[in-house]
Amino acid sequence: MSEGVHPIASLLAAVARGITGVQVQWAGCEPSERQRIYFANHTSHLDFVVLWSALPSEIRARTRPIAAKDYWEETPLRRYLAENVFKALLVERGAMAKAKSPEEAKFVGRMLIEDMAAALGQRNSLIFFPEGTRGSGEKVGEFRAGLYHLALRRPDVELVPAYLENMNRILPKGEFLPVPMLSLLTFGMPMQVEPGEQKETFLERAREAVSSLRRIGSA
Amino acid sequence: MLPALPDAKLMWLFGGVLFLLIVSTFIGGILKERHRGDSSRATIDNLNARIRAWWKMCAIFAVSLLIGRVGSLVLFAIISFLALREYMTLVPTRRGDHRTLFWSFFVIMPLQYYLVGIQWYGFFAIMIPVLAFIFVPSSIAIYGDTEHFLERAAKIQFGLMVCAYCLSHAPALLLLKIPGFEGLDARLLLYLVIVDQMSDVLQYAWGKLIGKHKIAWRVSPNKTWEGFVGGVLSATALGAALWWVTPFTPLQSAGMSFTICILGFAGGLVMSAIKRDIGIKDFGVVIEGHGGILDRIDSLCFAAPIFFHLVRYYFVP
Repeated sequence: MSEGVHPIASLLAAVARGITGVQVQWAGCEPSERQRIYFANHTSHLDFVVLWSALPSEIRARTRPIAAKDYWEETPLRRYLAENVFKALLVERGAMAKAKSPEEAKFVGRMLIEDMAAALGQRNSLIFFPEGTRGSGEKVGEFRAGLYHLALRRPDVELVPAYLENMNRILPKGEFLPVPMLSLLTFGMPMQVEPGEQKETFLERAREAVSSLRRIGSA
Repeated sequence: MLPALPDAKLMWLFGGVLFLLIVSTFIGGILKERHRGDSSRATIDNLNARIRAWWKMCAIFAVSLLIGRVGSLVLFAIISFLALREYMTLVPTRRGDHRTLFWSFFVIMPLQYYLVGIQWYGFFAIMIPVLAFIFVPSSIAIYGDTEHFLERAAKIQFGLMVCAYCLSHAPALLLLKIPGFEGLDARLLLYLVIVDQMSDVLQYAWGKLIGKHKIAWRVSPNKTWEGFVGGVLSATALGAALWWVTPFTPLQSAGMSFTICILGFAGGLVMSAIKRDIGIKDFGVVIEGHGGILDRIDSLCFAAPIFFHLVRYYFVP
């Protein structure tokens, strides 16, 4: 993978920042060149670009999103954006559910985690939306297990929760044109899987870490 | 077309504003030195931050006025856009309002300013109160979400009225054809903005200096009777003293300024009430870094349309 940021990526990031007027708060940590997995709530197609644009440029160049294969490979434009512009790692949603046997499911799951670990490599970071799909924005949905397995596979990588506010109002699911409301992005305190921590406990804790960063309408 | 040399009285006004800025910067600097490390420090830092912001705002406004009609129009259109954005961010909307909101930002609001630009008064005057008033609820209804329907339609309409319709009356002053005042209308816009904003500033200053008795403390805890009376009277006096830049006599100018001040106060109070109602503290973080444009122009939104119509009724044949 070549170094540096694709010019179209920088352009789209600038546009997304303009539309959302996003204010970035590093509440639980500072921007860092450490390898990280940024995981956030997901309500809009703009989520990734906004989160990505909030990172300092040297970190942006090596931060890749994880995105759904079925959506991003549907048209040539999407495929180009995902593969060439943002260097996304495309994963198949529900691949494990499609498997014919538990063994196959386990195998497919392990391959997915290996792909993600490979995408992290020695210096990259990832942007991850563990809900797996865009929600309505009312509350943060259940997290898929991938985050847990990846965290176990790469315990050296920091897990940074983030909350994207108002994105569902700017460009909700099913809409094509954005409304330029203001948004807010808050990064929380890095976390890890505790020794011996169960999958469900960790995923709930991670979900809570994301939704606790919510500032607006949380009462 | 740009006049070769902008008129001298306008330059005097600019000079006066510049003088005020220099004096207030100087006072701010002295206060900072004197109160180093004591309890009023936070207030003084805030004051100096405000003064710095005033420099920038005055510079932008002066440049737009010097560019001419298009400059003012673009500036006010941008202010409207930013204000509407702050407002809509604050007001709870639902998924079903999305397209109506898109239209509000990208069609209705720009169209309002376009109508000022082409000087189509009849259309300009009814576009938002009549057409948008019908369009907004209809387009929400088409989407089919009836929950809080009336509230949602009303909130969007109110935002359009305040941020787009009311405010667009400020640059619309430039299209009034006052006999004997042709080509000088930039002065009238500057007059409105100076009196309105000085009224805010003087109310703040009087309130800080001698303010004791609260007005409407539930709505805005910082507003006092002393600030209100002192601010309105001194800004009215200032406005009266500026009669020479307007088509008004000194007495008429005092009346106009007094009206601007009272309406400005009402505008500030209404927008404060809305913020209280919404519980703005939850959203403070979103707005803070953006300077709260709506907070700055709330008084102008109420003063501009009435001032426009008073001038139009009494001075345009």
